[in-house]
Amino acid sequence: METLSFRLSAPTRAGGTRMQAIVGVVASGNLEVLLERAAPADSCMIDITTAAHGFGAVWEAVVRDFVDRRPAGGLRISINDGGARPDTVALRLAQGVRKIEEPER
Amino acid sequence: MTAATANTDSLSWYEASARQRIDALVDAGSFAEFIGPEQREMSPHLAIFDLPEQFDDGIVIGRGRLDGSPVLVAAQEGRFMGGAFGEVHGAKLTGLLRAARTLRQDALILFDTGGVRLQEANAGELAIAEIMRAILEARRAGVNVIGVIGGRAGCYGGGSLIAGTCSRLIVSEQGRISVSGPEVIETNKGIEEFDSRDRALVWRTMGGKHRYLIGGADTFVDDETLAFRQAAIDALKVTRGCGVAVLEAEQSRLERRLQRFGAARDAVDIWRALGISGPTDIPALPTDAFLAAANNRENADDAR
Repeated sequence: METLSFRLSAPTRAGGTRMQAIVGVVASGNLEVLLERAAPADSCMIDITTAAHGFGAVWEAVVRDFVDRRPAGGLRISINDGGARPDTVALRLAQGVRKIEEPER
Repeated sequence: MTAATANTDSLSWYEASARQRIDALVDAGSFAEFIGPEQREMSPHLAIFDLPEQFDDGIVIGRGRLDGSPVLVAAQEGRFMGGAFGEVHGAKLTGLLRAARTLRQDALILFDTGGVRLQEANAGELAIAEIMRAILEARRAGVNVIGVIGGRAGCYGGGSLIAGTCSRLIVSEQGRISVSGPEVIETNKGIEEFDSRDRALVWRTMGGKHRYLIGGADTFVDDETLAFRQAAIDALKVTRGCGVAVLEAEQSRLERRLQRFGAARDAVDIWRALGISGPTDIPALPTDAFLAAANNRENADDAR
């Protein structure tokens, strides 16, 4: 397994009031994304454990694109990856911020 | 207590994730998870094999309400390592079942498993034994433990043994119950004995319809979350027994079943012997017609 960590500037705070959200499942070509409000409000911390070695540059491009496009400030995001493609990763991250924004029941 | 409300959007049980199944099964908004993913209670064994872990170790446990009544719920995620039992995965279910006994609250197990995780086989096998003991102790204390089977991994290996100790089993056509899976049988006994790629053979030998017909499951439902929810509500209304008389009655039934069907070469022969007219049509029948045709099915005695 390879571990990667990114701490990115994310000026827009993630919406909603839920303290955490989880999307996806660890399987071949898939990943799980756990989002917690556990980072300073203007940054986003992303920790990745991946089965696919040597793709650090691709991960960095995907997570930078994510914080540029989505409100991710204040989030600590933890990822367990089973070898997902970059488009699947981007989709799960988008699902994750959408889910933590959902109103609590 | 507020009125129970279901999540009204039905979806395929087979396609749903463990978390989606729980949300669809219990009253809307009533689920509270125990040892959630944020606690990161993961397998201590997978890293040794350089395998990816999952934050909930492939099982979601917690409490909720079903039609207003408090219940404890566990759901296996069949897509993570085939829903297989490992040390943490098993301990979460054991703990939930012990809580069911202590709290006198009914429990539901949403199976989706290929059995024991090979990378932590000893811990997994021990977990199976502990879970079966916990179920029997809960049932002896008057608690219902309902098994629900309709996921993509089916209910195989140790999971099928656990299912055998439940008070009642709810199954869909897609749910498969068997100790050995198709590939295991083929590997050990040869393709002449069992062709694991023959999907029709797999389904009519291990699938929900056959299990329902021979008393291996108690309720047969469509592959719809709302149908599973209603069946679970109904299953909890029945007070089940778990004493020597029940187990002896089931032992006698199984002996009779072996005498009656032991020589059958194929599930279709069993369906014919049950008196079903047009037994070869069974796999294609929609649920209503199937349930009508299943009138003379074998019934289990709260054990199977």
